[in-house]
Amino acid sequence: MKFEAIKKKAQQEWEAFNLFEKPRILVGAATCGRAAGALEVWEKFKQELAGRSLEANIVEVGDLGLCYAEPCIEIALPDGRRVLYGQVTEKTVPELVEDFILKGNPRPDLALCTFGQKTVEGIPAFEELPMVRKQVRVVLRNSGIIDPSNLYHYIARGGYSGLAKAVQMDPEKVIEEIKSSGLRGRGGAGFSAGVKWGLARGNKSDVKYIICNADEGDPGAFMDRAALESDPHAVLEGLAIGAYAIGANYAYVYARAEYPLAIRRLEGAIRQMEEHGFLGKNILGSGFNLTIKVKQGAGAFVCGEETALMASIEGRRGMPRPRPPFPAQAGLHGKPTNINNVETLANVSEIMNRGAAWFASYGTAKSKGTKTFALAGKINRTGLIEVPMGITLRDVIFDVGGGILDDKQFKAVQTGGPSGGCIPAQFLDMPVDYDELAKVGSIMGSGGMIVMDEDSCMVDIARYFLSFTENESCGKCTPCRMGTQHLLHLLTEITEGRGKPEYLTLLEKMGRTVQATSLCGLGQTAPNPILTTLKYFRGEYEAHIFEKRCPARVCKSMIQYSVDAEPCKLCGLCKKDCPVEAITGSKKPPEPFVVHQEKCIRCGMCFSVCPFDAILKTSGDKVAMAA
Amino acid sequence: MTKELEDVLGSFEQNRDSLIPVLQAVQGKFGYVSPEAVEGIADYLSVSESSIYGVATFYTQFKFARSGDHMVKVCLGTACHVRGGSQIMDEVSRHLRIQAGETTPDYKFSLERVACFGSCALSPVVVVDDKVYGRMTPKKVKTIVKEY
Repeated sequence: MKFEAIKKKAQQEWEAFNLFEKPRILVGAATCGRAAGALEVWEKFKQELAGRSLEANIVEVGDLGLCYAEPCIEIALPDGRRVLYGQVTEKTVPELVEDFILKGNPRPDLALCTFGQKTVEGIPAFEELPMVRKQVRVVLRNSGIIDPSNLYHYIARGGYSGLAKAVQMDPEKVIEEIKSSGLRGRGGAGFSAGVKWGLARGNKSDVKYIICNADEGDPGAFMDRAALESDPHAVLEGLAIGAYAIGANYAYVYARAEYPLAIRRLEGAIRQMEEHGFLGKNILGSGFNLTIKVKQGAGAFVCGEETALMASIEGRRGMPRPRPPFPAQAGLHGKPTNINNVETLANVSEIMNRGAAWFASYGTAKSKGTKTFALAGKINRTGLIEVPMGITLRDVIFDVGGGILDDKQFKAVQTGGPSGGCIPAQFLDMPVDYDELAKVGSIMGSGGMIVMDEDSCMVDIARYFLSFTENESCGKCTPCRMGTQHLLHLLTEITEGRGKPEYLTLLEKMGRTVQATSLCGLGQTAPNPILTTLKYFRGEYEAHIFEKRCPARVCKSMIQYSVDAEPCKLCGLCKKDCPVEAITGSKKPPEPFVVHQEKCIRCGMCFSVCPFDAILKTSGDKVAMAA
Repeated sequence: MTKELEDVLGSFEQNRDSLIPVLQAVQGKFGYVSPEAVEGIADYLSVSESSIYGVATFYTQFKFARSGDHMVKVCLGTACHVRGGSQIMDEVSRHLRIQAGETTPDYKFSLERVACFGSCALSPVVVVDDKVYGRMTPKKVKTIVKEY
């Protein structure tokens, strides 16, 4: 079938999908939605509809990014009203079926927003939501809107037009287009995608490879997972365009094994591409051939590094090697290889469709386009967002993210995962782009953004990241293998109350050495969380070392729980739930509740279950030194 | 080589590139990578046993001993850590009376720490087998363990 004919068929299918002859229910069932109970809610809808002999078209879609409100369900009625409901539970399903589907009452009290042309009184439109207003969705253009397992939905919304255009162009021209769009690698380092392709194209070889790096290993980052689960074709189309541009006939997607749903979606999408002539021989009549294979990672963070990733595909230990030779010269099996991140490729497909100038109209002078972020931590609206480069951190955290949880004080935001740094409040008005983040000692990274509040201990955060990098260090080069071990040891000593004054300079000196001398990006960036917290939150380190006090009351060896007799209602919940019987007291006869420090393991259970805030958590008054 | 192992191996190309997918398939079928399986894989792919161990031990996914019927994974990714993931870990560990990386003596549960599931918006997260439990609290641990 010719592309025009496929497109026509796709248009028809998309129109039919949006006609709603019978009610249509969209279930957001990416991993986030599933974790929040989307599948149970789906089942409940089926039951409730069957019980009332109602028919509806229930379709699974991906992630809208409003993760805080998961599970999200959109209901569309034949009259054209489309309403999205958040935090739907098995309890609210019967109400939605009865009130909205049967009686036409949209229940604004349960609704989040509307979609499409038709407005509904009392419910804002999706685009007007505070979380969405400042977003520009390029990578997430189809997320949560289309059925990710339906190729026609993707095509009807402009999909594969970019590939169709590209294969009619000279590959050099395709590279020019990407270069002039200003697209930089979204994996973190921010190297120009077009220049990278140009290098791979320039090396002559009988066999070349292109790899999509979907080994999203940064803890706290889930942009790539969401993109692959919600719109796999957007990434695969970009991969095919890249392959054409550099002259590769073999492509791989290297995906984390921890993302089973994303892998299933990819495999399904690749089959559909083959069936419709977007893969295989003579793609869209251009004479260009390509196969794509999915390779699963096996749980090694370092495999996100290009040379380690290739070693892993070759069936070896995923250890990096020195460069040069660069992958573009001698990569997978010694052949020229180009590696791009998931988000980069999802941008490529839309750039080829809508043009470089359109893409470059977003962003700052040196960082064009948009960036997706996974907003998490102590923030009200956690979720997946996409904003134009150059937006300020304040806009992201307070407007899009809705500010800090429980109205607490903002302390820092961590970008770039274990390779990034903690940015304090004084830089909240800084524009977010590659170069500005680097100036304050952090990095863009792949897009994890973890917000910390007054209850987050910055020494503990640094220790957390170091325990991660120390564990994931592959052990090949000494600075990283030994350096991360020693850095972690020093931080553990400090958080456990055994810190010495000289540790401060030692941390700094050793951190700089590991940065300067490690073989790959993992080691070179591992000290960033320490160096930034030392720079911006030195006082917290000093409190731990000199006063044996944890100002955020996180470090277990320096905190104490006790009962505040005044608000205490003698309810006994703390005693009941204490796992080690460290609390005594009773209601009848009234005997005050007391936490016995020698038995207490500081698990925090009493603190979290007390309904009257009568459990005190203190640090520094009487300090229990660790053994 | 057992018939079962032969069946698993048979669908893979006989070259080094297949090693990790083969190990994944073997573990998927038998639950862990046994010394007998390594011997079989070495034969099939013409790769030495020591190289196979070298690769298999490098990746955290591979296990070399039988694990419990239910795999409890506690996420200690950044978002989960910030929202109290380590408290959840302590609580699970106390309930099952095992540490991360261990299996209960009756082979009912194994406990693992995981660096991130990518469900950060629902942190802290615990995954039992394939079921994800979001917005965990120390108190919920007991009820969840009882489900199994």
